[in-house]
Amino acid sequence: THDLILHGSCFPFLNLAHAHFIFKMAAVQGGLADTNEEKDIKTEPSSDGFGNNNANDGRVLSTSPGSSASAGINKSATGAPEDQQTLLAVLQFLRKNKLTESVEILRREAGLPEDSPELKGSDSSGAGSGGAAGSGDKEGGDASSLLSRVTISSSAVAQTSSVTAAGEDQPDVNVVLSAYNQQGDPPLYQVYYSGLKKFIESVLDCHRAELSQLFYPLFVHMYLELVYNNHESEAKAFFEKFSGDQECYYEDDLRVLSSLSKREHMRGNETLMDFRTSKFVLRISRDSYQLLKRHLQERQNNQIWNIIQEHLYIDIFDGMPRSKGQIDAMSGSLAGEGKREANKAKVYYGLLKEPEIELPLDDEDEEAENEEGKPKKKKPKKDSMGSKSKKQDPNAPSQTRIPLPELKDSDKLDKIMYMKEATKRIRLGPDNLPSICFYSFLNAYQGLTAVDFTDDSSLIAGGFADSTVRVWSVTPKKLRKVKSAADLNLIDKESDDVLERIMDEKTASESKILYGHSGPVYGISFSPDRNYLLSSSEDGTVRLWSLQTFTCLVGYKGHNYPVWDTHFSPHGYYFVSGGHDRVARLWATDHYQPLRMFSGHLADVTCTRFHPNSNYVATGSSDRTIRLWDVLNGNCVRIFTGHKGPIHALAFSPNGKFLASGATDGRVLLWDIGHGLMIGELKGHTDTIYSLRFSRDGEILASGSMDNTVRLWDAMKAFDDLETDDFTAATGHVHLQDNSQELLLGTYMSKSTPVIHLHFTRRNLLLATGAYNP
Amino acid sequence: NHSMVGVIMADREERRFAEVSRESVKLMAESAGVELADDVAALLAEDVCYRLREATQSSSQFMRHAKRRKLTVEDFNRALRWSKVEAICGYGAQDALPFRSVKEGELFFIEDRDINLVELALATNIPKGCAETMVRVNVSYLDGKGNLEPQGTVPTAVQSLSDDLLKYYQQITRAILGEDPHLMKVALLDLQSNSKIAALLPYFVYVISGVKSVSHDLEQLNRLLHMVKSLVQNPYLYLGSYVRSLVSSVMYCILEPLAASINPLNDHWTLRDYAALLLSHIFWTHGDLVSGLYHQILLSLQKVLSDPVRPLCSHYGAVVGLHALGWKAVERVLFPHLPAYWANLQAVLDDYSVSNAQVKADGHKVYGAILVAVERLLKMKALSLSQPAELGSGGQPGSVGGAMGYRVSSPGLSPPPEPLSEAALGIASHLQAGGAGCPWEEWTPVPLPAMYCELYSFFGDSLAVRFSTGPGFGSFPPCAPSHSDGARKEPPGPASNPDTTRKMPQLTANLNISPRQDGSPQGMTRNKGPQVGFELGPLPRTQPTWGAPGPSRDVFPKARFTSPQTGLPVFSFLIGGRQMGRRCQGRRPFQTTFAPTPPLSAIAPRAYAHKLPVIGRVGKPVRRWACSHYSLHLPL
Repeated sequence: THDLILHGSCFPFLNLAHAHFIFKMAAVQGGLADTNEEKDIKTEPSSDGFGNNNANDGRVLSTSPGSSASAGINKSATGAPEDQQTLLAVLQFLRKNKLTESVEILRREAGLPEDSPELKGSDSSGAGSGGAAGSGDKEGGDASSLLSRVTISSSAVAQTSSVTAAGEDQPDVNVVLSAYNQQGDPPLYQVYYSGLKKFIESVLDCHRAELSQLFYPLFVHMYLELVYNNHESEAKAFFEKFSGDQECYYEDDLRVLSSLSKREHMRGNETLMDFRTSKFVLRISRDSYQLLKRHLQERQNNQIWNIIQEHLYIDIFDGMPRSKGQIDAMSGSLAGEGKREANKAKVYYGLLKEPEIELPLDDEDEEAENEEGKPKKKKPKKDSMGSKSKKQDPNAPSQTRIPLPELKDSDKLDKIMYMKEATKRIRLGPDNLPSICFYSFLNAYQGLTAVDFTDDSSLIAGGFADSTVRVWSVTPKKLRKVKSAADLNLIDKESDDVLERIMDEKTASESKILYGHSGPVYGISFSPDRNYLLSSSEDGTVRLWSLQTFTCLVGYKGHNYPVWDTHFSPHGYYFVSGGHDRVARLWATDHYQPLRMFSGHLADVTCTRFHPNSNYVATGSSDRTIRLWDVLNGNCVRIFTGHKGPIHALAFSPNGKFLASGATDGRVLLWDIGHGLMIGELKGHTDTIYSLRFSRDGEILASGSMDNTVRLWDAMKAFDDLETDDFTAATGHVHLQDNSQELLLGTYMSKSTPVIHLHFTRRNLLLATGAYNP
Repeated sequence: NHSMVGVIMADREERRFAEVSRESVKLMAESAGVELADDVAALLAEDVCYRLREATQSSSQFMRHAKRRKLTVEDFNRALRWSKVEAICGYGAQDALPFRSVKEGELFFIEDRDINLVELALATNIPKGCAETMVRVNVSYLDGKGNLEPQGTVPTAVQSLSDDLLKYYQQITRAILGEDPHLMKVALLDLQSNSKIAALLPYFVYVISGVKSVSHDLEQLNRLLHMVKSLVQNPYLYLGSYVRSLVSSVMYCILEPLAASINPLNDHWTLRDYAALLLSHIFWTHGDLVSGLYHQILLSLQKVLSDPVRPLCSHYGAVVGLHALGWKAVERVLFPHLPAYWANLQAVLDDYSVSNAQVKADGHKVYGAILVAVERLLKMKALSLSQPAELGSGGQPGSVGGAMGYRVSSPGLSPPPEPLSEAALGIASHLQAGGAGCPWEEWTPVPLPAMYCELYSFFGDSLAVRFSTGPGFGSFPPCAPSHSDGARKEPPGPASNPDTTRKMPQLTANLNISPRQDGSPQGMTRNKGPQVGFELGPLPRTQPTWGAPGPSRDVFPKARFTSPQTGLPVFSFLIGGRQMGRRCQGRRPFQTTFAPTPPLSAIAPRAYAHKLPVIGRVGKPVRRWACSHYSLHLPL
């Protein structure tokens, strides 16, 4: 029942869409009359070149073709036309191979009407006139070419279930690029662009910042058009003339662009594909948008208008135009900002109710420990804990929204330990900063790539570039293996200390090495019960290791490309992984295939993190966005933009309300999950941030970076400042004050050791790790 | 052979990446036997550039995820592999490969050395000692406070030693510091050839740093210095930062007024000479490691020398230390300092009171050391003037052989020849590279004749005589036109002319008797009239104008120091090599040029010693000389 993958897009409102489309075409060709302008504006933003989106229904829109492919079941909107074509091609393929049952199932699932030929006809006529999907959209020709492409991709990706996702991932380059076929006069491109530039520079200040957002996507698309049509010298001249105008945070992308000067190069260039397959999203106020449109109409500047229509998504809002600062804070991602609609879904960020645990052992222990009157105090304390957990957080998901494993006895014991420790926890704050212990990896010639601590800080694991995983015991208790099966037979199973007896004393050592991967280990994560360890590697697999036998239990294959990160759910059983294939996958330890595929990122998924309530997963990517995914249905429920570089660290606040992210740009951004807002920017680090962690009570945020420092930030203050400001919450437009220096509580240097992992112990001692780097 | 990559940097400014030129592409094609037209080559070149940039781009993410700043070949190969391109082989070295250029062709390439696979495969001495990966914790900041210094654990020493290593360490130290000389010899030999003792290096260095606590015991100091020598000579050891500690221990032995030197019967001079020798040895073999120290050491030597309060033995140490650092060091520090120092020394030497006898003897030691140092200074300077081109091109010091022929006979001490041109070896350039704000910049070289004149004013004929007595000089016909007959008569060495040896003490006696009132060379020479035969012909007497630039060739004939007739040099050129990883093999070849036995048994120096003007040592037993022949021998 978990398999949602093939539930591609469906095709509602087809006639309506078609009508819209014709209407739009008329409007564009004939110039827009004042009377229908209002209406036009409403449709424009949400229509994606085909006009098969109905924006007026005000429902949640799909965020991108990718996410709709994987999770489109409850979407009203359809994905890109490629989806439909792919589905049709699959249908045709199935029919050709006489797989009639599958045809039926697919049609039912996708909601396709019985008479597909008619559908196809209308589709293709739309495509032909729209010019977005294709040059040669002749009846069967296109379908068969699509067919071949689908079969190719399906054979390449072994899993049939991911056909649609794969096809979506790698659209045929000719189809994609054909949009660039229609063109104006190449030498005139500079005129067009500088005309628009002149216009934008001359408008009122309040609009200029907003309209300036157009420069970058327009520049890129015009450049690519020139390159695609083999106007190499014009393209070069165009690039040289206008590349300097672009915002500095696009520098990396511009560098990629500048190296691309031939049509042949565009084949297989990922950055280019991203530009074409996803629409660049801009948020512009209604006033600014009208100004722009009027200008383009007056000038008859169809070239630019076409690009805006086809490759840009303009998210129009009513109200004050945003300032330059506000825009800069949110922009920088590969595909513009997230649509406002994308962040409207309700997120149950509250924590799950703690299971009630009776503490029979607890009292005994306490009594044994404290001979004086302390046990008496214990009782009210226990009650207060119980009553606290009984209250249901209104923002919390229902307890059974995601099926979670039942607690074992050992888990209950651990919870008790946790509570005990929690009572001894140090209350942190700006005046009471945590002590920091630094765990240095010495002689790590193999290259330390990932580190994790168990929650109780008893074990530390390191992933290395030489494919090994090493586990150390941080406590004096040594690591022991379970005895062999033969020896286990000899044990008296009735004895009280059976758990102790099964361990092989001869194997006791301070550390264990786990061999199995065939590439650098980039991600590592302990299970909450300390029985398992996950590691993800360049070899395309995620491995599950037993910490009882110190052997590999499962190799999860599916990514087929380097897996950059993995993280266990805080409740165990589930885990998430993300990698170079741009997809994050949700797994359960007892399934060798993924339960969910979260696709939508436009570049590698670089880091993954489970929400404390296990209902959501956050992923950071090199497309410079962060996405939050619902584990229940695989939907993308939040898109956060604002980082100017690949994201390498994520951390949820302990109360589940906030998310912190760190990137190669050296900045930490804070996000309010409920409202879908950026609420803080912490500047100070000078290099990539590889680790973020909130203290156990969420007062302090610690960040560790490649610049060999640990910095502590006042998280409470950062979050409090937001709550007083309800205007931002209403409009969705952040206005961040630059208060990094006030929020920075301390900077702590290491000796030439990049900080790659941070961990707060249950008593709020901060542990930092890194490999000494001579 | 795959390393020939011609790259021409893009001339256009707006492109910030390297481009492969079409010439390179054509060259590559030619090497594969394909003729390419210009336009094809251009297209290919452009495509190659693009593909290279693309691969670099995608390799950078492997670097980022490995949490490194440095892009490795490994990263690049991974990117290639994932984009289904064949990986490049042969570049997996951990160290950076030197990127060299050929000036004429604008050709750049990576040095690609041949590796003898057979040797590598059969090598039994694979360096081990690779310490175990471990986690160490320390409390860095208590309550978020703490000092502002960077915190953390740094691998200072290898934390865990195997039992075998520990045993080895105990045995070796016991043997070296123990009583049995034979055992010591064996231990030292093993220390200098054992390939598995990297992990023990910090311990040995620590032991050696104990010199300060045994400054009363010459024997122990000597043994520790021998330990230094063995460690330095071990080709499998990478001394790294420990070299500093070693150098400071050696410097201690050179400069400090050791407790042992209070007793005049203790021959601490030999120790200082040996330490200086060791210092020079370290500089020549580990030049890259200690280059930063060079300047620092020069300054401390200068400080000692200019401090009149220091005992003469410290001054002696400073002089031999400078001497060990090379003639340039002597020229820059000792020579300018000599006029000031001379007054002090003279005062000591002129005091004939009984109470001063010991000090005076020490003074003569200093005098001798200075004389030896300036002698080589003059010789090397003359050489550098006469044949800069020859040396600059090949660094082949063969021609020096004649001038320093005696060195051939001392295999145990084979410090490398001086660099005559700045570029030949690294050391000379450190002088210039030294610290800012030091007076080095203002220093201007004194022309050779002026230098000779000035030195002659101090040493008189005892200097002059040095230039006529070397065995090298006797072996070739002097061809200087101004060479006097007298000079030609005498050179043939002590064996052939016993008079020489007998006369030398007389010379010194003369010097001792004649108090120097005016310090003018004329006065000195007048006193020494009878020994005129020993003097070089072209003395300042005939050319009294100091600093006259003109007739330098005549004053100091070039032919005398260039001795093409003497044949090939016997000593070889040493190149300081770093030993790291696989490249540790690099130092092995020249290792063989060092004879492992200490030079105590060398006979030749003694022969040489007989020929020297023995200042103030007339009454001492010859046996002593045999022991302290280092001081005479040092002149390297």
